Amino acid sequence: MAYDLTFAKDVYKKSEMGHWIKMCMQCGVCAGSCPLRAHWQHSPRQLFQMVRAGKRDEVLKSSDMWMCTSCYNCIVRCPRNLPITHIIHGLARYAETEKMTDPMQPTRRFAVEVFWKNITATGRVGEAMLTMRLYFQDGIGSGIQKALEMKDSALGMLKTRRLNPIPFRGKIKGYDGFAKMLAKAAELESKLENKE
Amino acid sequence: MEKKIGCYICTGCGLGEALDLKALKAIATKEQKIPVVKDHALLCGAEGVGLIQKDLTDGVVNSVIIAACSHREKSAEFRFDIDLLERVDLRDKCLWLLDVKEGDETAEEDRQMMAEDYLRLGCVKMKKMNVPDPFLHSDGSKDVLVVGGGLAGLTAARDVAKAGYNAVLVEKSALLGGKLNDMLKVTPDNKPPYRDVAENFIGALVSEVEGDNRIKIFKNSVVTKTVGQPGQFDITIKNDTVSKELRVGSIVVTTGFTLYDPTKLPGSLGYGSSPDVVTSAEFERMAKAGQIVRKSDGQPAKRVAFALCAGQRDPAHLDYCSGACCIYSMKQAMYVIDQYGQDASTYLIYQEIRTPGQMEDFYRAAQDKGAVFIKGDVTQVGSNNKGGVAVKVNDHLIRNQETLDVDLLVLATGMISTVDTQDPNVPSPVGSARDELPGSVLNLQYRQGPSLPQLGTSAFPDSHFICFPYETRRTGIYVAGPARRPMGIAATMTDASGAALKAIQAVEAVARGVAVHPRSGDLSFPSYRPEGCTQCKRCTEECPFGAINEDDKGNPLFNPARCRRCSTCMGACPQKIISFANYSVDMISAMLKEVEIPEEDEEKPRILVFACTNDAVPALDMMGRLRSPISPYIRIIPLRCMGSLSLVWIADAMSKGFDGVLLMGCRHGDDYQCHNVRGSALAEIRLSKVSETLQRLKLESNRVKMVEVNIMDADTLPGVISDFVEQIGNLNPNPYKGF
Repeated sequence: MAYDLTFAKDVYKKSEMGHWIKMCMQCGVCAGSCPLRAHWQHSPRQLFQMVRAGKRDEVLKSSDMWMCTSCYNCIVRCPRNLPITHIIHGLARYAETEKMTDPMQPTRRFAVEVFWKNITATGRVGEAMLTMRLYFQDGIGSGIQKALEMKDSALGMLKTRRLNPIPFRGKIKGYDGFAKMLAKAAELESKLENKE
Repeated sequence: MEKKIGCYICTGCGLGEALDLKALKAIATKEQKIPVVKDHALLCGAEGVGLIQKDLTDGVVNSVIIAACSHREKSAEFRFDIDLLERVDLRDKCLWLLDVKEGDETAEEDRQMMAEDYLRLGCVKMKKMNVPDPFLHSDGSKDVLVVGGGLAGLTAARDVAKAGYNAVLVEKSALLGGKLNDMLKVTPDNKPPYRDVAENFIGALVSEVEGDNRIKIFKNSVVTKTVGQPGQFDITIKNDTVSKELRVGSIVVTTGFTLYDPTKLPGSLGYGSSPDVVTSAEFERMAKAGQIVRKSDGQPAKRVAFALCAGQRDPAHLDYCSGACCIYSMKQAMYVIDQYGQDASTYLIYQEIRTPGQMEDFYRAAQDKGAVFIKGDVTQVGSNNKGGVAVKVNDHLIRNQETLDVDLLVLATGMISTVDTQDPNVPSPVGSARDELPGSVLNLQYRQGPSLPQLGTSAFPDSHFICFPYETRRTGIYVAGPARRPMGIAATMTDASGAALKAIQAVEAVARGVAVHPRSGDLSFPSYRPEGCTQCKRCTEECPFGAINEDDKGNPLFNPARCRRCSTCMGACPQKIISFANYSVDMISAMLKEVEIPEEDEEKPRILVFACTNDAVPALDMMGRLRSPISPYIRIIPLRCMGSLSLVWIADAMSKGFDGVLLMGCRHGDDYQCHNVRGSALAEIRLSKVSETLQRLKLESNRVKMVEVNIMDADTLPGVISDFVEQIGNLNPNPYKGF
């Protein structure tokens, strides 16, 4: 049913910062401020109105939330002081927990499959392995092709000591504490309910 | 009083260096025969002011000409306890408006000539001015009549009483309180935090008014007749059986509004198609009865949609915004949320949300409570299979056609003033329909009809609402609340207080014989020479304020307390027999005749500018401030209002030898800016007949031009003036020079 509020109420409650969505007055300043607007299917304000219109599938399956680069232009400019960047990230996370995201969405793949695994395995980002995993996501052939395309950049980074070619092995000092922090965060998230 | 004129010339602000003081003083003493002529290097300083004050105290002088800056400058410094004061502007409109390079003798000479002319104009004006004899009466009343006992009327009456005056409150029905009696709760009034619906306070206000012994209340009554003028309004109040006559000083009309007839709404909004499509007034009554349910089957109405702007901002229905519907629809959405909690779904379908002032906080509160706002149009209303209403919405925000299933659809219809109908449920008619009205709220016994004139084609009365809210075009009669323009509760209360204060100001001003506004404090009023009157009735017809009635013979019968001193009657009179003690046709004629016109072979044309003191003169002053130069051949004479324009002045200017006349009036039409409503419009009509005058003199008709000047036009005005100067330059010199 159009404009059914069940979905909106879920988002207000369970999506991080989601309760702010009802305060949007649809002025469109966020849309005009977003440097990547051309690559979004819906602007932030449209996404918010879709939440209020009960368009669960369209919102959660959308790639829009994954397009945000966290430049914070929208937050700075929003006349209603909505934490738009955080709302967008919250929606992305909510879509992931609801298992609604397109598994092949590139940002989602990188974030969920490569970056998160890389950082949680050792406690820090290992550039060499991160790059390798990203390039070889779709098989050896395309991996080699991507690596060759990027070789000049890689050499430059090597020269200026921005890239360590030896993969980071083992774990960071105090990894146990880091793991506890992650566990606590997951526990908090599972109980997340925004105060309306 | 014998006039003893003193002329004081300031040489500060560079005037002393730029102008030949000796020559100026010679003009005042020898040519204009002013007995006392003095100068000072800083006339507005304590010493300069003291110089004038000493002459006044010594009795050497009782009328003062100050030749310094614009009359809009230093008015506090040059405030003396005298009847006649004239300011000659040598600085803003002469020194600052002329571009004179050092050593350019011709330009310096032109500037000196302009200054001398302005000094002559001031001296002649002073000689032609007389001390006005104020209109005073001993049988006046200071009571205020309030017509309409709703929120606005109760607030106005209470505030009149609070200020220590007596109020007379007339209410047509048996009950005070008006539309608020039907309301469950009210939108936030004037107290922070403006986030919650407030308890309905009308009962407390009614008791307060009923318990006030300064307020006399007439219920079940109407005003059948209003005769007289401010201070002396004689009112007839009638209920079913008895008539009573009363004298009051001023009147506040607070008859409120009625809602647009929902049966006239477009079919797409579905009114009448289902009992579950209701107006906001009907919904309010349902809420008050504790019945937020479907009218069709009595089921709880948990899903409610509100269609805002129903028949509003739509030229086919009401072409304006009522300014309150967004706010009260939010309030009604809160009713639903408060009653059904988590089960409630409320939707406000809007074009634009308009929540002026603090009501933005109320908007946030409604959003916070969970009301959903949809920008879009209702395109169709039908029924659904669940016994509810199916509303087709074109949602502009997600660019989609959606069907919204609800239990109730509430239509926010617009407000129409009932300022001129005896029936509170009948909207005030507009245009010619008003002439056929059997009776109006006040039934004014005025030559210009029983009603309060409206703004354009709307039902709302006004008199330059930007500068003078609450005013009507009938002096001493004020309108407040939704009768004046559509508004909500908070605005209505502020409005009513404002009108109450204006009403008190009016009775006090009238008691002292002065004008209330725009020429507040003016003691003069028009008088005429009866033996010259041809009973043409032009003055009684053209007076924008209906101040003039007619006697048995058709002669004008002035009501001085109704007059706003705009002098439109003076300009209207073809016999030139209407004048004020301090302003007359003869005065302006004498002034323009005093300007020195150079011989034709000197090749120095002269262009006369008549400028409205309200808008054009400040714009010219601002040009001076910006040092935006104009032609040195211009001579400016300020007029009270363009409405005082007499065609004789044009004829006189032409026969005197002026090469052109430029008139600067205010914008006219529905979005007029004339302080006196119709002054500039009437001047334009009169001017359309000027070509006859010019033909008689065998002169080109494009020697005279009228332009609309706004107070903000300092940047465009120089172009307007130079275009006219160029246009005149292309003509031969006026052949009447030197006659």
